[in-house]
Amino acid sequence: MTPAVLAAPAPSDPEVALTRRRVRVGETLFRLVLLACLVVAFAFLAWLIAFAVYRGWDRLDARLWQNMPTGRVSRIEGAGVQSAITGTLWVIGTTALICLPIGILAAIYLEEYADNERWYNRLLELNIQNLAGVPSIIFGILGLGVIARALGLGFTVLTAALILALLVLPIVIIATREAIRAVPQSIRQASYALGATRWQTVSRQVLPIAVPGIATGSILALSRAIGEAAPLIMLGAVTYITFNPDGLDSAYTVLPVQIYSLVIEAQAGFQRLGAAAIVLLLGLLLLMNSLAIVVRNRFQKRW
Amino acid sequence: MGDLQEGLDMISIASDRPTVRIAAPGADRTDRADRAGHAAAAGPAGSADGPGAPPAVVELAGVSVFYSGYEAVRETSMPIRQHRVTALIGPSGCGKSTILRTMNRMNDLIPGARVTGRVSYRGQDLYAPEVDPIEVRRRIGMVFQKPNPFPKSIYDNVAYGPRVTGMKVGSMDDHVEQALRGAALWDEVKGKLRSNGLALSGGQQQRLCIARTIAVRPEVILMDEPCSALDPIATGRIEELMHELAQHYTIVIVTHNMQQAARVSHYTAFFTAEVDADGVRHGKLVELNDTGKLFTDPDDKRTEDYITGRFG
Repeated sequence: MTPAVLAAPAPSDPEVALTRRRVRVGETLFRLVLLACLVVAFAFLAWLIAFAVYRGWDRLDARLWQNMPTGRVSRIEGAGVQSAITGTLWVIGTTALICLPIGILAAIYLEEYADNERWYNRLLELNIQNLAGVPSIIFGILGLGVIARALGLGFTVLTAALILALLVLPIVIIATREAIRAVPQSIRQASYALGATRWQTVSRQVLPIAVPGIATGSILALSRAIGEAAPLIMLGAVTYITFNPDGLDSAYTVLPVQIYSLVIEAQAGFQRLGAAAIVLLLGLLLLMNSLAIVVRNRFQKRW
Repeated sequence: MGDLQEGLDMISIASDRPTVRIAAPGADRTDRADRAGHAAAAGPAGSADGPGAPPAVVELAGVSVFYSGYEAVRETSMPIRQHRVTALIGPSGCGKSTILRTMNRMNDLIPGARVTGRVSYRGQDLYAPEVDPIEVRRRIGMVFQKPNPFPKSIYDNVAYGPRVTGMKVGSMDDHVEQALRGAALWDEVKGKLRSNGLALSGGQQQRLCIARTIAVRPEVILMDEPCSALDPIATGRIEELMHELAQHYTIVIVTHNMQQAARVSHYTAFFTAEVDADGVRHGKLVELNDTGKLFTDPDDKRTEDYITGRFG
């Protein structure tokens, strides 16, 4: 007859022995697989950086940002990518000015104002998620057809910035929504219970708490935009530019596109300059991503 | 305690709201003298519906609350009397917090929530189309279960309400001091008003939340299990504070703790969850009575079963 209660084993029972009996194969194997995945990701990045540094080593000096690009092999040793650096700064600066306010306000609407029971709000949400997955070249075609041609803005800094802003808008919106959602509901309730309006609650309580998260997401979104070449190839950035942009209506080029046009050249001189520009772009990206991490850690949640 | 009293008096006297009558301090002191701090000792005199009962500030009539079509609380009618503490007790899921939240339209913030019946504040239907829920919440404040100070300084926590409501205060510093005195917190924080409210202990945080609430000079304070996250000493301090506050404010408190209801309240409403003919659970008000009467000689058998089950 089985006892009603599962009795504890007697201390002499071998089941009670606490010594390690065998290696847990599955456990160890899984650990190794996880480690291997990490190594693959990291090794490729390291290889890429090492290769670019090696190829571009003798061009990694002040010439890179002091001089303009050239089309002639005879002058390649004196050439740099200054117009692409200033072009990148112009385009990304303008992109930030366009996409951050729109993205953050859209996220505030979706999180704090939109009634999720309404079909059009759900449709909006679904669309934003889908938009984040649209290939960037499609945005380039849109920019070419609508902004450059139909709106007549041409191949300018503004056209490029508008398209990059559209491209990263979903990322900004999604990151901002996450940050806003992380603000405890109890803070909103406390604010409403004191007779604050919705806007007062959002602007004085929710947003200040969400700022670090919004900043982190925005920086990551912009660092995505800074590395984009595909849509800008459609939008005139491949043009050979030997001057710095001087306004929103100026012709331009950007680093990724400049790199593209350098590395496809047959002469080693162009390729070495391209490799140096890659190192510069990667450095810029790493800098922005570390800034995002610093911002996030600096303003860790305080409750 | 002198400080505390002074703070409360100042808040009450300083009221400049034309439409809300706030009784002069001490208006009902004689009436309260025999309470001696314990409602349970008050006896049957001045029962919930008796002729001597103070006027109702908030009145619920046939109030039902629905969450996306599900009827969480059914047909509740009860008065909330001026300068009295009314406790709402009952088992989990009986709808007592839900009913509390109908009184300052906090239910509006829950998607799919709907209120039927009439909730009136000084005769005005709180759910009438022309009523602004923001104005309602300025008159009927709320303290929550978990202390939820803003991640700001103690000073800014208290000043937030007056600032957002555009309240005219002579000096914000004085106003903040009065509110903190009113919540019996001033002496503990007067040297560190600029430090973060979250650095305080749980009990102090909850008193900060009470200070924040009285800083906008509401007439009614709703408390949703205000002590459930606190230790017994902090709980004792809040309960003591509620006695002081009841002289100037009308208080409604939801509590899981029946001893607490017996200690702090004048009236107690017992809610329970009932399964109707269709097998659906609804919260329902069983009995509203004088606290002393409800805990010693309840009118309803279900109340008696509940309180003896827990006490016995």
